[in-house]
Amino acid sequence: MLGRLSLEALPLDVPILVGTFIGVAIVGIAVLGLITYYGKWGYLWKEWLISVDHKRLAVMYVVLALVALFRGFADAIMMRTQLALAYNGNPGYLPPHHYDQIFSAHGTIMIFFLAMAFMTGLFNLVVPLQIGARDVAFPFLNNFSFWMTAVGFILVNVSLFIGEFSQCGWLAYPPLSEAQFSPGVGVDYYLVALQIAGVGTLLTGVNFFVTIIKMRAPGMGLMKMPVFTWTALCASILIMVAFPVLTVALALLGLDRYLGMHFFTNDGGGNQMLYLSLIWSWGHPEVYILILPAFGVFSEVVPAFSRKPLFGYTAMVYATCAILVLSLVVWVHHFFTMGAGPDVNAFFGIMTMIISIPTGVKLFNWMLTIYKGRVEYHSTMYWAIGFMITFTIGGMTGVMMAIPAADFVLHNSLFLIAHFHNVIIGGVYFGYVCGMNFWFPKAFGFKLNETWGKAAFWFWCIGFYFAFTPLYVLGFEGMTRRMNHYSNPDWYPWLLVAEVGAVMILLGIVCQLTQLYVSIRDRNLPQNVDVTGDPWDARALEWSTSSPPPVYNFAIIPHVHELDAFYHNKENGIDTRSAGGPYAPVHMPKNTSAGIFCGLFSLILGFALVWHIWWAAALGLVGLIATVIARSADKDIDYYIPAEEVARIENEHSRKLMAQAAE
Amino acid sequence: MAHDTTLTDAHGHDDHHHESPVVFGFWVYLMTDCIIFGTLFAVFAVLHDQFAGGPTGKELFEIGGLAAETALLLVSSITYGFGMIAAHKQEVNKVIMWLGVTFLLGAGFLGLEINEFRHLIADGAGPDRSAFLSAFFTLVSTHGLHVSFGLLWIVTLMVQLSGTTEIPERMMNKLTCLSLFWHFLDIVWICVFTFVYLASMM
Repeated sequence: MLGRLSLEALPLDVPILVGTFIGVAIVGIAVLGLITYYGKWGYLWKEWLISVDHKRLAVMYVVLALVALFRGFADAIMMRTQLALAYNGNPGYLPPHHYDQIFSAHGTIMIFFLAMAFMTGLFNLVVPLQIGARDVAFPFLNNFSFWMTAVGFILVNVSLFIGEFSQCGWLAYPPLSEAQFSPGVGVDYYLVALQIAGVGTLLTGVNFFVTIIKMRAPGMGLMKMPVFTWTALCASILIMVAFPVLTVALALLGLDRYLGMHFFTNDGGGNQMLYLSLIWSWGHPEVYILILPAFGVFSEVVPAFSRKPLFGYTAMVYATCAILVLSLVVWVHHFFTMGAGPDVNAFFGIMTMIISIPTGVKLFNWMLTIYKGRVEYHSTMYWAIGFMITFTIGGMTGVMMAIPAADFVLHNSLFLIAHFHNVIIGGVYFGYVCGMNFWFPKAFGFKLNETWGKAAFWFWCIGFYFAFTPLYVLGFEGMTRRMNHYSNPDWYPWLLVAEVGAVMILLGIVCQLTQLYVSIRDRNLPQNVDVTGDPWDARALEWSTSSPPPVYNFAIIPHVHELDAFYHNKENGIDTRSAGGPYAPVHMPKNTSAGIFCGLFSLILGFALVWHIWWAAALGLVGLIATVIARSADKDIDYYIPAEEVARIENEHSRKLMAQAAE
Repeated sequence: MAHDTTLTDAHGHDDHHHESPVVFGFWVYLMTDCIIFGTLFAVFAVLHDQFAGGPTGKELFEIGGLAAETALLLVSSITYGFGMIAAHKQEVNKVIMWLGVTFLLGAGFLGLEINEFRHLIADGAGPDRSAFLSAFFTLVSTHGLHVSFGLLWIVTLMVQLSGTTEIPERMMNKLTCLSLFWHFLDIVWICVFTFVYLASMM
């Protein structure tokens, strides 16, 4: 009846998990209680959970990403603390069974649910506004994608309290991840969660690709698109190329585990190296999926706060496209030690070094944008400059490992861990937080607090160097990754320094939370309110509409004549909003609960698959298909906002603008 | 690349504009599906000689059943094409009729495929026998699952069309998307037939 599920699946013998569960339960009940107390369930449902508005979905994605950050960071600081203790006969406080789950969950959560969700959130908030569109091409699919991502994350967290998570690292290499060596439910949770979230990501890629290709405002040729939109386009293409390969790799591993097939097993003719090639044909493009939008953020922020147009727009676009192509032909550098031979390794080593050229072009472009600019040292610029230094160091250590001979020494050592955290924290995370600080007023109509934002940056940046520079040294000293305890006295002091760094990053996160709290508390102070919708005197179209934008974004779709369309209009006295009309009725999609029900049935399906509860899996699948069919038969999917209502909203914004100008 | 349609129709379900992102979007999605099949073909190429002491393709496959399967699927593409011609002429009953014929041909294909799988498994040549058979079953049944999904889609559209007298743009888009899907499966099948069956039998 319940498959493999029984009371023994509850980890009552692990005090850390019991304590965590009690904590999560208390916070959860408190949140639900507050929502009930303030009677906000209807509001939450109608305005958020079933919303197809890209701006609302953006906020939900970023909230999901921040929750994932807390979970992923909790894992990280637990690992660092374990290694600061587990020295010279001391076993530490995390037994290997638990420790292995933590490092697997840390990588999985940080990449799939922090970074990807954060990125999709920024796409959702910015791309339709930057191209002068009223929504994405497929608003319902957008909501559906969000719920698929959310369900994936929920499943990963359910594994914390019911059963276990994978102990095979974040990419679950076989044969360790095969049923023979990992008979528990951990790998199944991993596979099912990532497959469900992967559906959401793939459809997000399709959605934004079509949105950018088909829905740009009149006059916005490809070479007049803002660079963030360019990077979103290239990342969407990479998603569409790479994620199907991940789907296949995970599906084949699942078939091995569920139906006894022999793709990657030791016996029956299976081939583990095939899995490595498949997973990294996705995995390497994936890191560029994450970093390209971060490059896009900096390409918006640096010009805005240097009061100059971006240096070398064309070079920036071509560099982005070059990275898009090159990222597809470097994946073997993740396993030079596999033994593909010197010819293959040399090819992939050289391609990896070549990819640093367009990346270098980008760095010079940002530096030359700052050069002779009137730079305002806003917190977003802190993140941008911190990125430029940190990412360059990370890129150079990457080029070191691109030399196959050097990689034979450094492979799977802490040097590698230091390298990819150097580019992912220093590149992706700094970039997305920079973007959050930059576009927050666009989403909510008020600015984030500067003091706490700068404090967060300093703790994150300095903490990063304290946490990861020692790992480079430890890599040279021969310490491998995923180690539970050790006895080498040379390593001990470095691991203590790394622990200090982790605590500093913790303080950075605390500062970010405080920044959010203080900003929301002070949201009505005149210096924080964004009346004009253009708080930074910035350049692209998203700043031409009010903050937060009306549901339809643009009452009249702007016509684009130049790059940096909004800035061009400001300089030439053209009103991008076409205030005063005449306005026409606006055609909009209706909210729908189909997405959240698809998510619910996927959750049932996923959970049942993990525990082999076949009847519930069938129920989930049938429910999912039935929901999609019901949605396809639904004729009531759109509505018109009358012209008078549009005029009322627009005139109110104009009145506020005039009131502020009069002050 | 200006699009006047974006001025009034940003959502692809308007009924008085010709350009909708639905068909283009679905085509793009199909290309991602194409990558799934491409990856499975690559996996098959890697594992095609890993018999693990079990039967080889030469011993297992029979050309007779395959020819029938191929014929059914190819003809079903033609009948779907007739359905689309009727749809462009707004002849709802003819569309339903051709969709029905396509469904029967597709179901016939699926029946033959399931029968083939049944025989293979009964003979001890199931997907758990060797890496070659794992790759074979996975590739062919991924195609089969797509066909099953297509059949479900055909029935859904037949039900949605029944009792109506005209085909609005949203329905036309659905028929066009299914058309792309169905022909795409035909092309994939030709590759399966050539690179899996014929190549294994040679």
